[in-house]
Amino acid sequence: MSFASFAEFVAMGNHGLYVWSAYGISLLVLAINLVLPILARRRYLQDQARRLRREELK
Amino acid sequence: MNWTWFHKLGSPKWFYQISSRWLPWLAVAGVLLLGTGLVWGLAFAPADYQQGNSFRIIYIHVPAALLAQSCYIMLALAGVVGLVWKMKLADVALQCAAPIGAWMTFIALLTGAIWGKPTWGTWWVWDARLTSMLILLFLYFGIIALGQSISNRDSSAKACAVLAIVGVINIPIIKYSVEWWNSLHQVATFKLTERPAMPVEMWLPLLLMVLGFYCFFACVLLLRMRLEVLKREARSSWVQAEVKRAVEQQS
Repeated sequence: MSFASFAEFVAMGNHGLYVWSAYGISLLVLAINLVLPILARRRYLQDQARRLRREELK
Repeated sequence: MNWTWFHKLGSPKWFYQISSRWLPWLAVAGVLLLGTGLVWGLAFAPADYQQGNSFRIIYIHVPAALLAQSCYIMLALAGVVGLVWKMKLADVALQCAAPIGAWMTFIALLTGAIWGKPTWGTWWVWDARLTSMLILLFLYFGIIALGQSISNRDSSAKACAVLAIVGVINIPIIKYSVEWWNSLHQVATFKLTERPAMPVEMWLPLLLMVLGFYCFFACVLLLRMRLEVLKREARSSWVQAEVKRAVEQQS
């Protein structure tokens, strides 16, 4: 462990704002990239389910 | 060498089936690599003797920048495959990878700026490395815009493939920019031919993060491509069966 305490870990030697903002924004971007295709697939399948039900009623 | 795998890649059905087997493995590998790399890089790697703890930004900056460039090379290769062998899947890969590559370039530029402020005293300079990375971002934007603005799928595939291939000239410019021109940017941390100039407890987490980013990219790319294949091949019988199965599973 390169830090003596949790407070030191958060402070990052006075560079905390830089380090944590860089990591925070990057992880947010990665999360968006992962979630969007999963949601898109779910939405597409819901649309298809609706279409299939309509076709059965005919 | 046996080339059947290459010809099979031309079949969207084969791709759809094989990718569903690859996805869980890639996801597990990505989570493990990124998790270990993050904790190691943030908490356990020693601080840099000059830059202190701000150097820890390297663990996302370098993987994102490497991936942004690899992804562009992949676009160009997909472009060649699409133009030469008329493989439909190549265009799917090109269109699905471009936004991920653009996001990676964005991460590299943004973390670079945040890192530059405490290290160089400035968020941005118009030097060769930074400017050529910005051009890479605009190339990605160009490909995405071109793909969306042409409604005919064959013409759009051709136009995007040509732009991807022409733009690949920017990749060696990015790579050698720090050697050809005076630059604030430091030279490469990893070289294939030499031992890294960092101690092992600094570069090992970086290696894990790089591999983790590649796994992440592969996962997201496969997810996007699988949906695109379902949409493009919607009229074929195997897709209709697959959609029916997935719909029943979801409800």
